[in-house]
Amino acid sequence: MDALMNFGLGIFGGAWPAVWTLLKILLIVAPLMLGVAYLTYFERKVIGYMQVRIGPNRVGPWGLIQPIADGLKLLLKEIIVPTTANKGIFIIAPMLAIAPALAAWAVIPFTDSLVVANIDASLLYIMAITSMGVYGVILAGWASNSKYAFLGAMRSAAQMVSYEISMGFSLICVLMVSNSLNLVDIVNVQDQGRFAGWGLSFLSWNWLPLFPMFIVYLISGTAELNRAPFDVAEGESEIVAGFHVEYSGMAFALFFLAEYANMILVAALTSLLFLGGWLSPVGFLPDGILWLFAKMSVILFLFLWFRATFPRYRYDQLMRLGWKVFLPICLIWLVVVGVWMMSPLNIWK
Amino acid sequence: MGSMKEIFNSLFLKELLKGMSVTGKYFFARKITVQYPEEKTPQSFRFRGLHALRRYPNGEERCIACKLCEAICPALAITIEAEPRDDGSRRTTRYDIDLTKCIFCGFCEEACPVDAVVETRIFEYHGEKRGDLYYTKQMLLANGDRYEDQIAKDRELDASYR
Repeated sequence: MDALMNFGLGIFGGAWPAVWTLLKILLIVAPLMLGVAYLTYFERKVIGYMQVRIGPNRVGPWGLIQPIADGLKLLLKEIIVPTTANKGIFIIAPMLAIAPALAAWAVIPFTDSLVVANIDASLLYIMAITSMGVYGVILAGWASNSKYAFLGAMRSAAQMVSYEISMGFSLICVLMVSNSLNLVDIVNVQDQGRFAGWGLSFLSWNWLPLFPMFIVYLISGTAELNRAPFDVAEGESEIVAGFHVEYSGMAFALFFLAEYANMILVAALTSLLFLGGWLSPVGFLPDGILWLFAKMSVILFLFLWFRATFPRYRYDQLMRLGWKVFLPICLIWLVVVGVWMMSPLNIWK
Repeated sequence: MGSMKEIFNSLFLKELLKGMSVTGKYFFARKITVQYPEEKTPQSFRFRGLHALRRYPNGEERCIACKLCEAICPALAITIEAEPRDDGSRRTTRYDIDLTKCIFCGFCEEACPVDAVVETRIFEYHGEKRGDLYYTKQMLLANGDRYEDQIAKDRELDASYR
């Protein structure tokens, strides 16, 4: 590593730190895009299998080239801008959707040293950046100047705002027990405790003491992503495709990429905050990045499983769930955790 | 008491987990997909596909231009013109089926008193222009000549049910 640093300094001189950061960004974005491509493949496969079909299997062995073919097709397609659309905003909206989805990855730690920017307020940064994603959706719906797109955007805005609250409260519980906003610290704290001392560290991860918050986070995460069963913003059967109904070609692909990058992001966050990130579940196995990927895969599989199982929520039911069920649960558990931490039974000291 | 139970059931996501266990089971179930070009589903001998006009074994065409098929065709896909032939028998001079209109109901086949117009098992045919699916008498007779063995066998299998 030192040799690489010295080599870089020798070639780029003072520009090296910037070049090094760009390299790190590339190292995250390229695999992420590949991950997104293959997530769409696995989505089609998994949902196919659950519907007793076999999914894509024509392009390449087991259909493995399918996502590449889909990507190429979208790249080559024409981007149609409706004549009544607000052209500038119409073009900018997909970029506004994808930029936060990628920017949030800057603070995601893959191991305790492998992170682009290890900042102390990383959880706050994530909350701030992921909330920006809704602007892309709203502007896309508004700029399209189409009824369906507008309805989809309005729904999506209301939904994201509602679920952000319960999501935020479940994160507050996590940062109360970890006493830190830094994602690396949050993971490392989960490695302490009685069970971790016995070599059963998976029992001292946050998911067990904060189980209701874990479930709330997972479900609000699904809602935040506009994924089934909370995909009222797209709602194929009611409002065609919602906010991106007027988009085609690469502009549509950007929304698609943003949605799936966000899916992977929420999976990564759930793994880091509740499932111990890169920590190994038992004492005798080494920690490592593979554990993080394994946990993310499980969460992602859950998202696909949800989509294969549940019918879409009606819009008022969705709002009821966010405001009248999750919010009280979060507030109650917040108090419970607070009392727990003040009592002699505190397990997070 | 009942409503308490309901609240607990929904709070612990009982029905959602039940639903997921169903889809989870089907994830491992045997897949029923038929890989079409390589695999095909079994066909009935009553399959109604591409039309054909049949001939008698001596080469004489069966159709006697009674126009029952034209009359019964609900999609008005059949057009027939007839004239006495030199030997005095009544034959069609034009027998067209517009396959873009045809709904493959099989009424023409049922109406035919001499088993002249039939529907074969062929369903993998195509046209590259709209006109390609307008089948004339010559094309239909050619179909009949080409698939006569299969047509005769299917009629024989179906005979006991008629």
